[in-house]
Amino acid sequence: MKKAEPFVSTTNACKMCTPLGAAMAFKGLEGCVPFLHGSQGCATYMRRYIISHFREPMDIASSSLGEKDAVYGGKANLMQGLLNVIGKYKAPAVGIATTCLTETIGDDVPTILHEFRKEHLTSLNGQMPALIHVSTPSYGGSHMEGFHAAVRSMVAQLADPETAKHRGINLFSGFVSPEDIRHLQDIFAHFGLSATLLPDYSETLDGPALEDYQNIPGGGTPLDAVRAMPGAGASIEFGRTIKPERSAGAVLRDMYGVPLHSLGLPIGLRESDALFTTLETLAGCSAPRRYALERGRLLDAMVDGHKYVAGKKAIIYGEEDLVVGLTSFLSEIGIKPVLVASGGESGLLAEAVAAVTGEFPGDPPLVRDGVDFYQIVAEAEALEPDLVVGNSKGYRELARARNIPLIRVGFPIHDRFGSQRVLHLGYKGALNLYDLIVNALIEKKQEDSPIGYGYI
Amino acid sequence: MEPVIFEERKTQIHRKGAEPFSISCNKSSLAGAVSQRACVFCGSRVVLYPIADALHLVHGPIGCAVYTWDIRGALSSGPELHRLSFSTDLREKDVIFGGEKKLHQALIELIDLHKPNAAFVYSTCIVGIIGDDLKAVCKKVQAEKGIPVIPVQSEGFKGNKREGYLAACEAMFQLVGTGDVSTISPLSVNILGDFNLAGEIWIIQDYLKRMGVEVVANITGDGRVADVRRAHGAALNLVQCSGATMDLAKMMQEKYGIPVIRVSYFGIEDMSDALYDVAKFFQDKDPEIMTRTQELVREELMALYPKLQTFRKDLEGKKAAIYVGGAFKAFSLIKSFRHLGMNVVMVGSQTGTEEDYRELAEITDEGTIIVDDTNPLELSAFIKEKDVDIFVGGVKERPIAFKLGVGFCDHNHERKEALEGFLGMYNFAREVHATVTSPVWNFTPRRRKSPITVPGASQSTEACTGKGRAS
Repeated sequence: MKKAEPFVSTTNACKMCTPLGAAMAFKGLEGCVPFLHGSQGCATYMRRYIISHFREPMDIASSSLGEKDAVYGGKANLMQGLLNVIGKYKAPAVGIATTCLTETIGDDVPTILHEFRKEHLTSLNGQMPALIHVSTPSYGGSHMEGFHAAVRSMVAQLADPETAKHRGINLFSGFVSPEDIRHLQDIFAHFGLSATLLPDYSETLDGPALEDYQNIPGGGTPLDAVRAMPGAGASIEFGRTIKPERSAGAVLRDMYGVPLHSLGLPIGLRESDALFTTLETLAGCSAPRRYALERGRLLDAMVDGHKYVAGKKAIIYGEEDLVVGLTSFLSEIGIKPVLVASGGESGLLAEAVAAVTGEFPGDPPLVRDGVDFYQIVAEAEALEPDLVVGNSKGYRELARARNIPLIRVGFPIHDRFGSQRVLHLGYKGALNLYDLIVNALIEKKQEDSPIGYGYI
Repeated sequence: MEPVIFEERKTQIHRKGAEPFSISCNKSSLAGAVSQRACVFCGSRVVLYPIADALHLVHGPIGCAVYTWDIRGALSSGPELHRLSFSTDLREKDVIFGGEKKLHQALIELIDLHKPNAAFVYSTCIVGIIGDDLKAVCKKVQAEKGIPVIPVQSEGFKGNKREGYLAACEAMFQLVGTGDVSTISPLSVNILGDFNLAGEIWIIQDYLKRMGVEVVANITGDGRVADVRRAHGAALNLVQCSGATMDLAKMMQEKYGIPVIRVSYFGIEDMSDALYDVAKFFQDKDPEIMTRTQELVREELMALYPKLQTFRKDLEGKKAAIYVGGAFKAFSLIKSFRHLGMNVVMVGSQTGTEEDYRELAEITDEGTIIVDDTNPLELSAFIKEKDVDIFVGGVKERPIAFKLGVGFCDHNHERKEALEGFLGMYNFAREVHATVTSPVWNFTPRRRKSPITVPGASQSTEACTGKGRAS
């Protein structure tokens, strides 16, 4: 299975494209319709892909460019598309992301939007929605670059410099699950901290059964809350591999002096500790007892289960920050991450992995960034992993081919039910993952046993 | 309430009986309308994807390859090269300096590694813009590697899915006529427009085998390059998904004189008609074929009918809405629903022609909504207006149905249930029954049958004081 060098093509990518990340981020802003400036297929493909994970409506509008527009520019379609979305969806915000097509034909979206605002303010009765734009050429990185760039754009373009100082905290939690977002909201509430989480798709992509179809689902970070971000007491940003030029927290720090706490995704004990310690400082009080108990239960479980997991070898793949968090967690419970892989290419992955694995004995894991699943599979041959941790994409070639369990985390999960409700973060998320992992290993041992022990 | 229909789209919707038939279609999707349609690339990828021993290389940035990686249910009885996702994964520097070198390198290394019997190279939007000469690169690699390397001109923005179908047919036509046909039976067919979702083509092949008919090429479900190369040796082309493969059948008719029959394998009548049409075609060559076919159909129906009746008892009078990719499938679905005692009240497609819609208008009841290239706003409005019990569509349509508390049946390429043939009719009926009669609709807000006291219904913003009766 070894690839011949030099290998330049990608087989079974371990990443998605930049506009998909942007669409996800825009979906977390209240009342916002994501809008891709490009040909129709991009929007439809991404809708399909996101719907299969969340099992929720995901409307992404498109400027539906045709051949003529590709030659003469997409301005007319973008303007008409915006009018249509604003007219029918009554959207208070539209998040416009470019695609490889419109980036390459050179459409100047900021200028077009400027003209749109000027031309149509009267026809819209002065009700101009917030139009946020982000440049997301799909040849310029993975979906994570698109995600962070869109979050940064929302902050940079909506922030109101005149906003009054307030005691709120800005939280940029990254590409996590709706359940993670809900858990973070609870944590902040229990600390008595008022937080603005951006993006917040916990309701827009995991909504309740309602009386009627919602053109724009409820929920999302309120626009006014984003506008007020410069007045916050502090920002917290999850992600050890976010470059400063992609960081929303850095914009607020550099332009408005909002102190920024950069943390890893709080997965596992130590990274969650870092979050709770930060919150204690910000709230000026100890963590509520329930979290001391949650932490205690996590530790108790780690002790109870340590022999089931001891020395097991894992391959971890997915978004860079997610794999850093998972690597940190697996290392602390005694599972050996043998390969940490991502399709992302921030250049910061190796350093981040070293930071969370350094204190444990044994060889550090192989770290591979910019890889595809073909390369991951090729490496897996020699590593003899006991389990695989990542999204659904590693199932067939990596887990099934080796008859080892796949612990499904991250995005996309489209071969299991309930992916919106996977909790990764905090002590509770760690415990959730811990149970999943231990039980998967027990099940594997049980099924492989000639006796089939019913008591393990 | 605000009308949900876009002014520009009014002519793409027809209500049967309200006005004389007229519908406009085959136009570009309206900007900002959230069309359910994909693009040219999607069209060609759908058609060619199931050719299992070919390399399918997507030339472009990663997205187009990633979103089409093994999401479909097309099965193979042998090689599974089609289930891998190959891309040149273009980066900024390739966009500036051109991607031809990278494409060449990618093809060479992938062909060396996987030894495919042919390679299809799909061009994406960006390739059309930067102007990579796909043809030249493919020609060069073909000479170097000795296998057909075929460019598929599928730039996403150059029309809609239909142009993609045509690009795929043109690509395949380059293969047709290059294989040995000396051993092919006079009673032989090519199966066009079946993608072997959940093994469906194997059901059809079994029927044809029982009739004594040889299948030369599967185009493209469980497809093989060598079979496509000798497809011109078949006596007849059976075309199911006509939008996707009729162009190829026409090319073969013109060049090789192979006649075409349009068929559908969905539902009782259409499946039977398909088999009888084949029998009729070969009657002169084999007088016994009709008897064998009648026996086959009788045998299958004897087994199927009693099972359908049990489903029908619960489904009688229920209402269905249909929105599918190609319109031809809708005809069979309408007939299938009738077998279950159900009425179709809305039907539409992404890529139907005026002729398709006219025919739909003829076979549906008064008041039925017929729609071309629709979107979530319209679909949800139609479903509510007609108060349907089930919606048939694909993954993108599913949440629309479910959010409205309406049953759903996936009849698109992602499905993993075989719905073709007599067995498929049973599977379809079972799925429709399962979703329409589910008890969950008794509780969903829009369709709940009896008044249920729902906690939190008052939506009071005040915190609970705990001073209830118990205190």
